[in-house]
Amino acid sequence: MRALLATILLAGASPLAAQTVAITNGTVVVGDGSEPVQGGTVVVRNGRVVAAGRGVSVPGGAEVIDATGKWVTPGIVAGFSRLGLAEVDLGADGSDDTDSGNGPFNAAIDVTPAINPKASTIAVSRADGVTRAVVAPVAGKNIFAGQGAVIDTGDDMDAVLRARAFQFVELGEGGAGIAGGSRATAFVLFRNALREARDLRGRIDGARQDDVLLTRFDAAALVPVVQGKQLLLVHVERAKDILNVLDLREEFPGLKVALVGATEGWTVAHRIAASGVWVIASALNDLPASFEMLAATQSNIGRMRDAGVKVAIGMIDDNDTRYQRNQRQYAGNLVALSKVPGATGVSWSEAFAMISSRPAEAVGIGGEIGSLEAGRRGDVVIWSGDPLELNSAPEAVWIDGVRQPLDNHQTKLRDRYRSLDREALPEAYRK
Amino acid sequence: MRGALAAIFAMALAGCAALAPPPKSKPGTVHIAENPYPSTYHPYGGVPTLIRNATVLDGEGGRIDNGSVLLVDGKVQAVGGADLTAPEGATVIDAQGHYVTPGIIDIHSHLGDYPSPGVQSLSDGNEATSPARPEVWAEHSVWPQDPGFSRAMANGGITSLQILPGSANLFGGRSVVLKNVPSRTVQGMKFPGAPYGLKMACGENPKRVYGSKNQMPQTRMGNIAYVRQTWIKAKEYDRKWTKYEKSGGEIPAEDLAMDTLRGVLHGKILVHNHCYRADEEAIMIDVAKEFGYKISAFHHAVESYKIADLLRENGICSAMWADWYGFKMESYDAINENIAYVQKAGACAIVHSDDPNGIQRLNQEAAKAMASGKRVGIDISEATAWTWLSGNPAKALGISDQTGSLKAGKMADVVLWNGNPFSAYTRPDKVWIDGALLYDSANPKLRPVSDFELGQPGEGDVK
Repeated sequence: MRALLATILLAGASPLAAQTVAITNGTVVVGDGSEPVQGGTVVVRNGRVVAAGRGVSVPGGAEVIDATGKWVTPGIVAGFSRLGLAEVDLGADGSDDTDSGNGPFNAAIDVTPAINPKASTIAVSRADGVTRAVVAPVAGKNIFAGQGAVIDTGDDMDAVLRARAFQFVELGEGGAGIAGGSRATAFVLFRNALREARDLRGRIDGARQDDVLLTRFDAAALVPVVQGKQLLLVHVERAKDILNVLDLREEFPGLKVALVGATEGWTVAHRIAASGVWVIASALNDLPASFEMLAATQSNIGRMRDAGVKVAIGMIDDNDTRYQRNQRQYAGNLVALSKVPGATGVSWSEAFAMISSRPAEAVGIGGEIGSLEAGRRGDVVIWSGDPLELNSAPEAVWIDGVRQPLDNHQTKLRDRYRSLDREALPEAYRK
Repeated sequence: MRGALAAIFAMALAGCAALAPPPKSKPGTVHIAENPYPSTYHPYGGVPTLIRNATVLDGEGGRIDNGSVLLVDGKVQAVGGADLTAPEGATVIDAQGHYVTPGIIDIHSHLGDYPSPGVQSLSDGNEATSPARPEVWAEHSVWPQDPGFSRAMANGGITSLQILPGSANLFGGRSVVLKNVPSRTVQGMKFPGAPYGLKMACGENPKRVYGSKNQMPQTRMGNIAYVRQTWIKAKEYDRKWTKYEKSGGEIPAEDLAMDTLRGVLHGKILVHNHCYRADEEAIMIDVAKEFGYKISAFHHAVESYKIADLLRENGICSAMWADWYGFKMESYDAINENIAYVQKAGACAIVHSDDPNGIQRLNQEAAKAMASGKRVGIDISEATAWTWLSGNPAKALGISDQTGSLKAGKMADVVLWNGNPFSAYTRPDKVWIDGALLYDSANPKLRPVSDFELGQPGEGDVK
């Protein structure tokens, strides 16, 4: 979203543009894991955060918003999602662009053109304070799903902040199924794909050997992965699968890897910590939902973090097209674990960071989004109360310093059916 | 069935009776067994326990601050204020700052019939071989070793739950109500005396499942036609058996499917109707009137807010999620205020899960629904919101005379929470079922581990 250029006309509203805004007297959460600050001020100018905290002066000409009794935070960053790729998940032909399984390409796929900034899921997420999302394609016929993006949820047509931010690959149970039924095949496919990319990179004339499995497009798309110029997000859940992925980095020293899922991560937490890779984990998996999740527990994230693993929260295969707004509830639930004997929770501040700055850092964009540190993009939410609590809701949302509308399909239905009394005309005339 | 066979044998043995004049107007003596898989559940017993200084939500809309609840012999013996005293030898728990509530009842679960791990071998929730399968009984699919039951208790405070067949079929089969107690057998979990339910489904699922096989139903009109045709058969079956029961004569053939539907027509089996859209709910209400049965609850009723008045007039509950939406077309118009709007209209609201994860946080779903209502000016108290979690589901399941609220004489199905259960930061501290302490967060020995989990990574872990 190009904040300075963004001017959106809404019915009955004045043009929206990035303004200088000072939000005062709120409980300010920077989002970097530091403690909330009472009576803080957040200043946003030219679409960027100028300062956040106590003792911040209000610049002249700023629109001043008094947030007494409110909480002020960076927007929520959805750590792993399919937001904007599907309007409806089932039985709505043509509205779902998550999976390209019937097409010829895999690694070359780039979700950018499939993201619909006007999807109702984006508007619903925005209304609940989700301002950014990591968006991955779904793997179709190949373990490589393609290239994902980091988007914003602003009410304009420029959703993609960073296209081709990462390549996404399935290397656990899902990958095994796609590869032909076994993890062993998935790993051969993986090695071969990277070999083909490496070979292609070495050829100025672009010529290739006869024995190739990938299309030229797909092989070319993996060149930046082999070179370590593009992040590789790898979905694995089982402890041994996690170790397999960490070992791949010895074979392909250039690989820049982050793990997605990692339900059994706590059992090998020290190995993950030593590797230094990021983990974008499901927050509350505690069922042996599959044979790669037998060790599932809600303490997974807390235990990994205590072992020194860098962790963010994502929604992996968990209604990932639309329920990003539940991440703050999930983060709150991780805080709750701190009171359960034998469980390992996380502190409030760290839990919040896991849905703001941590996912941004995990995909290499922490310098731009996810916190209210000076210079970050002006994604700010004023909440009615503690954002990890169930009764809190956003009262105002800015993205790139632009105040956002919070109405959507759901809020309009809410208003239409507030009363069921018969009126002069049918409900269809209530807008 | 067994009853019928036994009677036939009895007649064969009494063969000499053929010499006697044929009994003409004598009522039929053969009865279809109504409870061939009886509950073998017995409460595990506990010590008299007084919980004091708690915020008590009674599940019927009542609240007592600084309240006390006394559990004796598996029952709630008394609920009151600070003056309630403990009998000699009772365990006394000081619950300062904590809440005590009735155990949560999930009216819509597939634990056991779609268990974890979610592999094909264990997936037994949909007999998707015909749009009408009222002859199947969910209890015959329930795997008691599903690890999900323990999560629902320890993390969710679930003490009773209804297991339903899936929604592939218009008539999915009989449901079963369980006590959330670990057991070797499903009979050992069955809620004593709970009526059976019949799972019915509207909308997308049946027409998709059968339409894709080029079978009826392929459309919503096909759904309704098939449902009506099936009820017409059930009425005929009912006439035959009723006539036989009154006047005797030839014993009618017994039909498992029709037995279930006859139970519905006689009000003994409660209808739980999966139905998302308001317009389809309205049609199903008329179908029920056409054939003379009652719908106990619409499940997944994401559009109940559009016809909350109609639901109130017809006395039908809505079992709902707080905020699920858009995952299919019939959930496209879901709104966060649905539950609050149904409550405000004076209709019966229930929070349900349909999900092995969601069942672990129904209290939080109620909290979200309550907050959504409040934001549009519908002030719903915590005590009222708890009726969505225990009192109302108990009513819709026909077990409210036994459980679902903290009233003297009811089953001691109770949760002590470690804070306010409408907060994201709160979890169950202790769970009693019929007065037996079956979960205690402070005691690792009181953490159920299913057979499936023994010897596996994570066995006995905090979940």
